[in-house]
Amino acid sequence: MSAAILPAPAAAVLLPASPRTLAARRFCARPSAVAGLAIIVVFFVVAALAPLLAPDDPIRTSWTLIRKAPSWAHWMGTDENGRDVLSRVMFGARASLLAGVISVTIAAGIGVPLGLLAGFAGGKIDALIGRLVDAMLACPFLILAISLAAFLGPSLQNAMIAIGVSAAPAFVRVARGATLDAATNDYVEAARALGNPPWRVAVRHVLPNIVPPVTVQSTLAIATAIIAEASLSFLGLGQQPPAPSWGSMLNSAQRFLTQAPWLAIFPGLAIFLVVLSFNLVGDGLRDALDPRAK
Amino acid sequence: MRGQLGIRLAQVIPTLLLVSVLVFCLQQLMPGDPALVLAGEERDPAVLAQIRAELWLDRALPVQYFHWIGHVLQGDLGFSWRIRQPVAQLVLTKLPVTLQLGAMAFVIAVSIGVPLGILSAVYKNRPLDYIANGIGLAGLSTPNFWLGIMLILLVSVKLGWLPPSGYVPLTEDWRQSLATTIMPAFVLGNAISAILMRHTRSAMLIALEQDYVRTARAKGLREWVVVVRHALRNALVPVVTLGALELGTLLSGAVLTEQVFSIPGFGKLIVDAVFNRDYPVVQGVVLVTATVYVMLNLLADILYVFINPRLRAA
Repeated sequence: MSAAILPAPAAAVLLPASPRTLAARRFCARPSAVAGLAIIVVFFVVAALAPLLAPDDPIRTSWTLIRKAPSWAHWMGTDENGRDVLSRVMFGARASLLAGVISVTIAAGIGVPLGLLAGFAGGKIDALIGRLVDAMLACPFLILAISLAAFLGPSLQNAMIAIGVSAAPAFVRVARGATLDAATNDYVEAARALGNPPWRVAVRHVLPNIVPPVTVQSTLAIATAIIAEASLSFLGLGQQPPAPSWGSMLNSAQRFLTQAPWLAIFPGLAIFLVVLSFNLVGDGLRDALDPRAK
Repeated sequence: MRGQLGIRLAQVIPTLLLVSVLVFCLQQLMPGDPALVLAGEERDPAVLAQIRAELWLDRALPVQYFHWIGHVLQGDLGFSWRIRQPVAQLVLTKLPVTLQLGAMAFVIAVSIGVPLGILSAVYKNRPLDYIANGIGLAGLSTPNFWLGIMLILLVSVKLGWLPPSGYVPLTEDWRQSLATTIMPAFVLGNAISAILMRHTRSAMLIALEQDYVRTARAKGLREWVVVVRHALRNALVPVVTLGALELGTLLSGAVLTEQVFSIPGFGKLIVDAVFNRDYPVVQGVVLVTATVYVMLNLLADILYVFINPRLRAA
């Protein structure tokens, strides 16, 4: 009797895993992507807990500690004003990660609704949005961001707006493409046939399907946005001194390259590591969410 | 084919017009009155009114735009507030410097990116593929300006092989010119080589799976002949066009690279203009860059049609 009941649990095991679980499994199967994610988590923790973790005040200057080489007391040395470089790198993570996340939120906030509208409405609206995106993409990303930041005035907040606006066209393209792809599905046709208004079909049925490509684009865009924020700060258009930022640290390090090379090494390494990690996670997500794109 | 090119050409005009509107709108973002910026310490209302009248700032926005675009179409990009020179003249003097840098960077990018992409595809999922991918990813993740600083530190400060900054025109002394531009060109080419490597890899992976490659192998051709003559020739079609698009990235990258190496090119012009609040120069540079970029896009499309026999026949 009991033997006859046995196949039931086996059948339950054979139930297909959800697409989300499959994607998570594919992501976890890539050691580089998992390592990237771990590094990002570490950077976020360091940025959030910088006041607790940093060995020193990142702004306090000390005339007795000017340009001291890395030592046990100051692991990454001290800068031209006697400030602890490690503490400044830790606090600098705040500006970079904040700029990365907020500018991409701005870019997605502008780009995704416009892309959804263009892909879903088609016709003249699509053509108009398409031309606008072409015009914005015609201005190379950093040049557009620099000009916007210059006209808005130098500050971290304006740099984030400038980067966000400059990165938006790429989101329009991704969202439009994904919308066109999703709109051909039978369930979208069915939702239309049932008499749902177009906005409801777009938001309830198409939008959830464009989330995966937008997530991939967002991760890769954060990497670009972090480099862009560092670039703007390097030029003096981002975070203003004395607040620490990796880009502005590199700017001042240039003047002391012969006497204090460590000033240029550590902030640059931090940018490289965090950008590399976002790129690794972005690549991992792309392969996990859309195995065909591999 | 003519029809396709005609449509593409027709699309360029509204795009450029929209670019001009965007560039014009940049000035409207500026906090405060441009006349006050231009007047400096001067606060005499009569002087400010005169400046506004001269620059047409006292007219309605559409009138200002048509006045500005009318001049732009005649090659007049305005007058630098700071240097007191026509913007078009400034652009023309700085552009050749950036073009030399860009051309060298592109050669470097192609010579690194394409062979790495081929190796990576041919040795897919083997150590060489992982190494090539690692180099590509590192190239994409390294900020231009940091790589520049690190190279100055190593090559100029520690080894003393090359000058850390400055520029000598090609016409003056070609050896010195190369010595001053090789490092910045490598920095600029680095990121693009990574992008080219990725494009070449995916195009080669597709090409290597095609029937004609299988046929070539079945004929008993040597592997390098199959890879170079059969797969690469077809894989290069998308790589060439995508590569042309990266020339826009070069212009963007030049801004920081020229700043790090103190090269008096296009990028340095825009950064100096930003800090001197010389807005006509910023607008002029953005407009010229965008126009160059749109034209390169068009060129890439035309090139794609010409090198792709299937599209040429259509």
